[in-house]
Parts: sequence; C-alpha cells; structure tokens
Amino acid sequence: MNYHILAKTELDGFIKKLSKKMKVCAPVKKGHDNFAFEEVASAGEIALNYIPTILPPKKYFMPPREKLLDFDLSGEKPKDAANLDAEKLAIFGVHTCDLAGIQCLNMVFSEKPRDYNYIMRKENILIIGLECNAYCDGHASCALVGNHYPNGGYDLFFTDLGDRFIIHVNTQAGEELVEGMGLAKAGSADMAALDFVREGKRSAFQNEIGVDPKSLPAIFEKAGESKVWAELGSRCVSCGNCTNVCPTCYCFDMADTINLDMKTGFRTRTWDSCQFETFAEVAGGENFRKERGARQRHRFFRKFKYPLEKFYRSFCTGCGRCTRTCMAKINLKDTLKALAAEAK
Amino acid sequence: MTEEIKHSNWKLRKGQIIAAKQMTATEKWFDIKLEDGRLDHEPGQFVQVELYGIGEAPISICSSPTKRGSFELTVRAAGRLTKAMHALDKGDWVGIRGPFGKPFPVKVMTGNDLLFVAGGLGIAPLRSLINYVIDNRREFGKVDILLGCKSPSDMLFGDEVAAWQKRLDVEFACTVDRKDPDWKGNVGLITSLLPGVTITPEKTFAVVVGPPIMYKFVIAELLKKNLPERQIILSLERHMKCGMGKCGHCQIDHPKNYYCCKDGPTFTYEEVKAAKKL
Repeated sequence: MNYHILAKTELDGFIKKLSKKMKVCAPVKKGHDNFAFEEVASAGEIALNYIPTILPPKKYFMPPREKLLDFDLSGEKPKDAANLDAEKLAIFGVHTCDLAGIQCLNMVFSEKPRDYNYIMRKENILIIGLECNAYCDGHASCALVGNHYPNGGYDLFFTDLGDRFIIHVNTQAGEELVEGMGLAKAGSADMAALDFVREGKRSAFQNEIGVDPKSLPAIFEKAGESKVWAELGSRCVSCGNCTNVCPTCYCFDMADTINLDMKTGFRTRTWDSCQFETFAEVAGGENFRKERGARQRHRFFRKFKYPLEKFYRSFCTGCGRCTRTCMAKINLKDTLKALAAEAK
Repeated sequence: MTEEIKHSNWKLRKGQIIAAKQMTATEKWFDIKLEDGRLDHEPGQFVQVELYGIGEAPISICSSPTKRGSFELTVRAAGRLTKAMHALDKGDWVGIRGPFGKPFPVKVMTGNDLLFVAGGLGIAPLRSLINYVIDNRREFGKVDILLGCKSPSDMLFGDEVAAWQKRLDVEFACTVDRKDPDWKGNVGLITSLLPGVTITPEKTFAVVVGPPIMYKFVIAELLKKNLPERQIILSLERHMKCGMGKCGHCQIDHPKNYYCCKDGPTFTYEEVKAAKKL
C-alpha cells in the first residue's frame, strides 16, 4: 500500500503545480448550499467541505452537449469526420459516491460497441478523490449502497486528517504525480490516524433506510405493479432534473445542425431524460411509457434492478442529488422505504 | 487539442439511392448502394439512415440478403426525418450506420413450416425474411403468408404480392380492413384469416410483424392453435436512436433489461411475454 502525506498548508502549492501540468477542476461554492465542479488555479477557490455538486463530474466524461461528427456537403457526396477536443484534465475532490458513478459510466461506454468519445475523454482525465469523514446532508444514502468508503476508481485519494491529508496512490499516473511533487511517505502514526477516521465512519454512516440492501433485488422483483409508482407519477412534473443530476444517468439524444454556409454542419449528442413524455414515443404515435408513474418506475428500475444483472451493481451511488433537486419533493429514501413496506 | 477518433462507431457509411418509387400515399421505397461495399445484413435487421443536417432514424431493411449489391428500405412519412426522406430520389446520398439488431432466427427455423403474418408496414421487415425463404425455398416446409392492410390502396409491394399469390410453393391470403369498389378479396382484420390456416404446432414457426395492437390478437389465436410460445417470433417497434444499446430510448419495460436495438428487434414471444407492452 502506497500512502503519502500533504500538509494542508501545502495544498495550494499542490494545486498550483498541478495546474501547470493540466487543467484542474474542483468543487467551488456557488451560493447557499450549492457547489459546482469548475476550473481552479489555487486551493483558496476550492470548497473542501462540500455537499454533492449540482452536476456530478460526469459532465467532463460525457458533456451535456457533445459533437460526434463534422460533415461537409459541398462536394458531390457528403464527407464526415469524427474529431474530439479533449484536453488533459485533473478533477480534484471527487467524493466516493461520484467515483462510483464514474465507474458505472466507464462500464456502460466500454461495452461493445464501444463509445470512443467517452473512452478517449476518460483517458485524458486524472481523478483525485476526497473522503467524506461525515455525512454531507440527510439526503445521501451512500452507506446503503456501500459507497461511503472508497472502492477504487481514482488515481489519488485524499483523506482529511486534521492538519494534513493522507493520500492513497492507486495508479502509476498518481505515483508519478506525487513523486514529481516530492511528497513524503506516510508514517505509522498517519496510518493509525487514517484507521481512526475509517473506524469512526463505521458508526457515523449507517444504512439510511433501515432495509437490508441484500433484500433490494427481491423488493424490486415485486415492484413492477406497485402502487408507489402511481403516487410518484401524481407528483412528478416530468422536468428531468433527477436524471440530469444523476451521476449514472447517461441516456442521450442526437441532433444535426447546419452551419450558416448551408454546406457544413455537425452532429451532436445531448443528455436526454427518460422522464420526458416523448422519450419512448415512436414516429407512428405509440408511446411505450406514456404515464409519469411508468417513467418514474423506469428510473428506479434503471438504478436498482436492471444494472444488477448487467453490471453486477446498483446504479444508485447514494449521492442524494435526485432528492435534493426534485421540485415535487420525490424522495429516493422514502420511495425505497415505501416499496420495502409494500413488499413485506 | 483535436484528435481524430479513428474507430468512432458514429462514423457514417455513404449510400447512394440507385432507385426510388412512391408506393402509396405515405410509403416510399428506396434501393441504396453503399460506396464501400455490401451491407451484409441478415433478415430482420435495421439500419440508421442519416440525412445530413436533418438527423437520423432507424429503418428496417426490407430486402433479403440474397439480393446482393444493394439493399432496400420502405419508409413511411411518419416523423420529421422520414417526411424529409420522401423528398429524396435517385442519385441522392444518405449516411448509413449498421446493420444493427438481432436477425430473425433463420437457422432455428430451417426445416420447419413457416407462417408469416404481416400487418400494415410490418410487411417491410418481414419481406426481408419472406424473400430469403423464397430464395432458399427447399430448406423449409410448408410456407403460409397472411397479409393485412387498411385498404387496397395501402397495399405495399403489390407486384411482388401478386407473384407470391401465383407461386405453387407458397400459400397466400390477404385481407383489408376497408374495401374499395374494385376489391374482390377478403374484408376484415388479419385475425379473420388465421382460422383458415392449418398448422402442425410441433414443427411450425409463426413470424408476426405489425403494430402492437395486432400482436395481442394474433398471438392469442396462435396460442389457441397450440403453437409453443418459443415458436412465435415477433419484431418489436421502438425508437432506436443509437443502435448500440446505450442511448436508452428503445429499452423495453421487461424484467430482462432488453434493448430493442441489440437484444431485438426480433424476439420470441416466450422471451418478451413479460413485457409491459409488446
């Protein structure tokens, strides 16, 4: 195990040195209780104690709007090219819930046929995680899905030990970075302090819904006809906020744009939402998920049911963003509790 | 820093329309040749057709792979892209991705009797299989084709249908929901043709393609004839936007997490009977 130490007073130097090598993005405060990943040049800009950002770091891996193709129609037959603008980037301060989210997306886009737009962006991104020593707020359910501790998915991982950070080095790229910065190796006192933090979390983070996570597959097996969905549907306004802020929602739509010269143009993909009424509609007019309740059921199934068989994990990372952002106060924890109560 | 994505699955093959024909008021037929070779599809698959500047839509391939050199599409002007596509003609270029999707299980069906049931535009994907079977006729047992459409003027592939009707190695029947003065054939829903067909349930595959409402009634009739669920093959309609099992639009509400573009569009009834909607 390879651990290094960075004094908190040295964080500014760390960020400044890193930003000379590549663009650095980190959580920045955006008004009351709101944070966003943005480019930073110094530690002073970073909100180290932040609740999950408005958008998860997926925006760097799969931008809300992304060009897939450039095309040129000026010749006798059309020409097109697939180009990518992906700069080298370090994301600092990624919480364990969001690390899990990135791992989910990595699996989705690496599955054949592969999405090289995503994969090439990912290869250009260095990930520096940051441990949550306490809950962000009451909406998180990271302990339920086991994401309150780090489960890989980072190059470097920072844990706050009061006056210093202990850094776990997980990859060669991470190793080269800390070597280049000349950071000291962690000693036995540092390791004991890390153990103390982790031990403290064991009691601080508890299953947030009081339902055994192992029973969730069985609960969702029975949830197809649940009354809960109609109730959610009666409140949902189909705004799509929950899917936009979700670290593992990746559904998209595509569209063409013609430039003003009327000869060249481009094809883009944009985030889409299964909560929108037209999402499952076909040209003939048939809509396979017309009811809002059916669309909410679909969203929950895509977190707690379908991915279990395909990717061997829940696609809910426990970040709590969907609950925080919902205008109709649809609450993920309450929904799971209601489904569990009904399944009894 | 701009990099070329060498292996991008979003790149388009260039297809030139070598023939086009308005078939009905709403359907137009296109014969397309790829500049870089064959499409090399199998019956039941689909392609994504790109009209540069307008967008892309999934379209069933309606020709059999036994027809080499080019492939055919029959397009109903139903949405934004398909309406624009109706303005295209011989010589025009389109972008093509694919073929995509799981084809009809031709190998499993070989040696068995076949019952084709097509409703409306369902004849388009089914024609890729019917013509494949006719071109390989001796590999199969008895072949029945049942065809239904709204009115005689909505009939697609009229000349070809007339040829099927004349063939001695194929049983053919068709019906229309509404007749016109010249129509001398059957009038009624496609289910009205099923009682007239005799099947041997243990060695018959029924391939049914049509609108969702048709599936419900046709499948019920076939089950009444004791046809096993795994011998009823369907082709489901969803809006496959990416064709690669990612964009999420074509996912079927089914416990098995089926994507219509990758796991389908062809399914056995046994596979998809647990779906909320077919």
